[in-house]
Amino acid sequence: MYTPHTDSEREEMLKVIGVPSIESLFADVPAEYRFPRLNLPEPLSEMEVAAQLQELASINETTRDLICFLGAGAYNHYVPAAVDAILRRGEFYTAYTPYQPEVSQGTLQAIFEYQSLIANLTGMDASNASHYDGATATAEAAVLAYHHFRGKRTRFVVSPSVNPQYRAVLRTYLNGYENLEVIGDDVEKPFETAEDLLPLVDANTALVIVQYPDFFGRIQDLTDFAQKVHESGALLTVVVNPLALALFKSPGEMGADIACGEGQPLGIPLSYGGPYLGIFATKKDYVRKMAGRLVGETTDKEGRRGYVLTLTAREQHIRREKATSNICTNQGLMALAATVYMSLLGKTGLRQVAELCYHKAHYTAQQINQIPGFEVDLKTPFFHEFVVKCPDSVEEINEYLLDNGILGGYDLSNDYPALKNHMLLAVTEMNTREDIEILCEALKEYSHD
Amino acid sequence: MTEPTIYELSSPGRVGVRYPQPDVPLAELPQDLVRQDLPLPELSELNVIRHFMHLSHLNYSIDSGFYPLGSCTMKYNPKINEEMARLPGFAYTHPLQPIETVQGNLALMYELQEYLKEITGFDAVTLQPAAGAQGEFTGVMIIRAYHKSRGDSKRTKILVPDSAHGTNPATSAMSGYEVVHIPSDSRGNVDIEALRAACDETVAGLMLTNPNTLGLFEEQVVEVNRIVHEAGGLVYGDGANLNALLGIARPADLGFDIMHINLHKTFSTPHGGGGPGSGPVAVKAAFKEFLPGPIVEVLEEGDEELPPVFGFYQPTQSIGRVKAFHGHFGMMVRAYTYISIHGAEGLRKVSEYAVLNANYLLARMRGTYKVPYDRICKHEFVVEGVWDDAPEVHALDIAKRLMDYNFHPPTNYFPLIVREALMIEPTETETKQTLDRFADVMLKIAEEAHQQPELLREAPHSTPVGRLDEVKAAKELVLCCWLPEEAKN
Ligand SMILES: Cc1ncc(COP(=O)(O)O)c(C=O)c1O
Repeated sequence: MYTPHTDSEREEMLKVIGVPSIESLFADVPAEYRFPRLNLPEPLSEMEVAAQLQELASINETTRDLICFLGAGAYNHYVPAAVDAILRRGEFYTAYTPYQPEVSQGTLQAIFEYQSLIANLTGMDASNASHYDGATATAEAAVLAYHHFRGKRTRFVVSPSVNPQYRAVLRTYLNGYENLEVIGDDVEKPFETAEDLLPLVDANTALVIVQYPDFFGRIQDLTDFAQKVHESGALLTVVVNPLALALFKSPGEMGADIACGEGQPLGIPLSYGGPYLGIFATKKDYVRKMAGRLVGETTDKEGRRGYVLTLTAREQHIRREKATSNICTNQGLMALAATVYMSLLGKTGLRQVAELCYHKAHYTAQQINQIPGFEVDLKTPFFHEFVVKCPDSVEEINEYLLDNGILGGYDLSNDYPALKNHMLLAVTEMNTREDIEILCEALKEYSHD
Repeated sequence: MTEPTIYELSSPGRVGVRYPQPDVPLAELPQDLVRQDLPLPELSELNVIRHFMHLSHLNYSIDSGFYPLGSCTMKYNPKINEEMARLPGFAYTHPLQPIETVQGNLALMYELQEYLKEITGFDAVTLQPAAGAQGEFTGVMIIRAYHKSRGDSKRTKILVPDSAHGTNPATSAMSGYEVVHIPSDSRGNVDIEALRAACDETVAGLMLTNPNTLGLFEEQVVEVNRIVHEAGGLVYGDGANLNALLGIARPADLGFDIMHINLHKTFSTPHGGGGPGSGPVAVKAAFKEFLPGPIVEVLEEGDEELPPVFGFYQPTQSIGRVKAFHGHFGMMVRAYTYISIHGAEGLRKVSEYAVLNANYLLARMRGTYKVPYDRICKHEFVVEGVWDDAPEVHALDIAKRLMDYNFHPPTNYFPLIVREALMIEPTETETKQTLDRFADVMLKIAEEAHQQPELLREAPHSTPVGRLDEVKAAKELVLCCWLPEEAKN
């Protein structure tokens, strides 16, 4: 067990403390509330617990049992075995925030490498050590912009094709500030492009947020758009899928000020939604306003290279109520997973995975578009996710697909009333041509029935 | 011994992982959107494994030694937790799957909500918050929503004791509140008179950590909470120190309204070198409808033949989502495993031994180190890392010297109300032998501080690097080992 004392050790310790019993260590707890009886299941041995959890886990149907075409912010990718081999090192996962750099160089250098990989992938100057997830990273971008303009610009323009959950979290975070306006994300006009937002961007606009690829999988060159946003003095945040950046122009190259997004595609298991990884990177003008941990390179007295947490004066433990954010514990181990994954795949592998996703998704889209009753927009460029207009409610189609061993796409009517009968499908390197054909067959049968 | 970076190890053309060739016809790429440069390293799998193995050797961790980092509850993280979180039935489920395909996940989440309610005495729980600080944000936004729902718009302040963790004032500010600091009294409790004086109709609530960050139980906690309630405010409990209270007292019984729980402290989910954590928030019934949704509920009761059907419930006056999906599910599996192994009796033992260990270390160090608020402590205690007759030595030097004896230093310079604070939390999983070794070393360091202060000033002497130049790091601000500009040349 995990509590090691023997009876005699306990007695010796009590003697040294000078109290008669363990109970007497709790004399300061109000007597009427002391030692409540907790109604919990009887303790189990490790063996029994393992069996019980195995049983619970086996009730689920997984993306291994089913053919998965579900994405919408979390993606089914292959994670090479080497990633978890590193994550399981107790030296990494049982350490904490590297406040003591001399005994934390492993964690610190890994974060430094993570920052480097993310900065290079996004085309930004600097990345922080992580936020909680794509949603909170997006919200933190808005908080940064708010402080950048010292609260003087109060408008936040958000595209309707930013992940609906991210938009929800953004609103929760901005609720703490008075008189801010979040506009632009009219769910009745889901397919508006970035340019359609421009009339809303004015001299009072702090930040514009668009997604790339957007929630519907679409990609567009944002270079001109970024320039127009900057003409009104506002900042631009691009919410990214980092995997797409192995293939397509980076937000940095297109002129974004902040790139954020969900790092889960970079070697992190689906795990029913978490823990994932919030990516956050900026151009150098905003580095000092960025929230979260930052690792910097330096040297010791003997000139040996080493790494430390730096610019800590932005953070809550120093700045308290004036801090850039309250974030403390972040997603250290998930950032390590992404670092190992990107190191393993490297320049060639990451591009290869992105291309596999792209080609398989396009093949799937073309095939589905030929099935009577189903329609896909093949003209707008997309990455590995696309919208299918269906002959029936997505709920019904998905039930049919599930009966055929397929985990269907996301029901867009959940968030966009205008998108009744619209399904969002994701295709990754995990989907074989056979999977795609099984899906298409099932959809054909459905439309015949 | 400097480990090269992954960029330094890179060699053009090297490949670490092979993927299958495309089995579908290739689609045309939108050339104007395709990226030209991709400045990522190129390594073999063995390059990568060795590199990260080397890095791992530069870390101190719970698995390698005693890690008495106050306020962080660095207890042993059982290996079975890791196995359970990686069961394919859990690890390969997508967060948006239809609920009928994830009844195992939902059952686990539901049970965990129930366990946490039972342990803390609250009536409802959300598992969504990602860490303690996000739990605080959730809680304070609930306080805000609650007052607003009553049309009470005068409440603009949150009270925060001067011993509080930095996340408390930061959270209050982020939630739109003015922070009012409440001093501590000579016993390390909230100063009741100062609290009374601060409590009026402009106070939205109090953020209180109990045991507080001195490791001391708030002796008048019930009275403190009553005073805030009488003024119409709510009390938020920072649950970072719950490891002292399992089966000892239920925060809801003591008068707290809302509280977060750190699964990564109390319930043994690993700290991961800085996360992921998990910060469920528990509330009294009056606040359930303000929780971020969705939360897991029983949709249809089970019977002898059929298990219950679990699904999601969306609270009606929710403050909104604080995070995508359902929270850190992988951490929930670990915490559930931990609670199942312990049961009520085991959890009480956890807290009893956490408190026993802290008091034992305190007893052994008392007399050599000054204990500013000296009484029976709970799971941790705070001493001064400075002596009037050894003025050159500071808490930081003691911390660094501990590394030479192969111990992780305690938390230092927090809480702010103790001069040169060393905050020591041994946790329940350490043996008496380890505590004795640590105490012996602490006494020896005290001696060194007086006789050979330079030994401490220049420590550590045995780590992979010595003290690092933090000023240089902040000035030169090298945050990236291969800048995009260089990549383009
Ligand atoms: C007392 C106290 N409160 C709050 C926090 C913040 O918790 P987290 O780091 O999980 O966000 C900490 C964390 O380390 C803490 O010690």
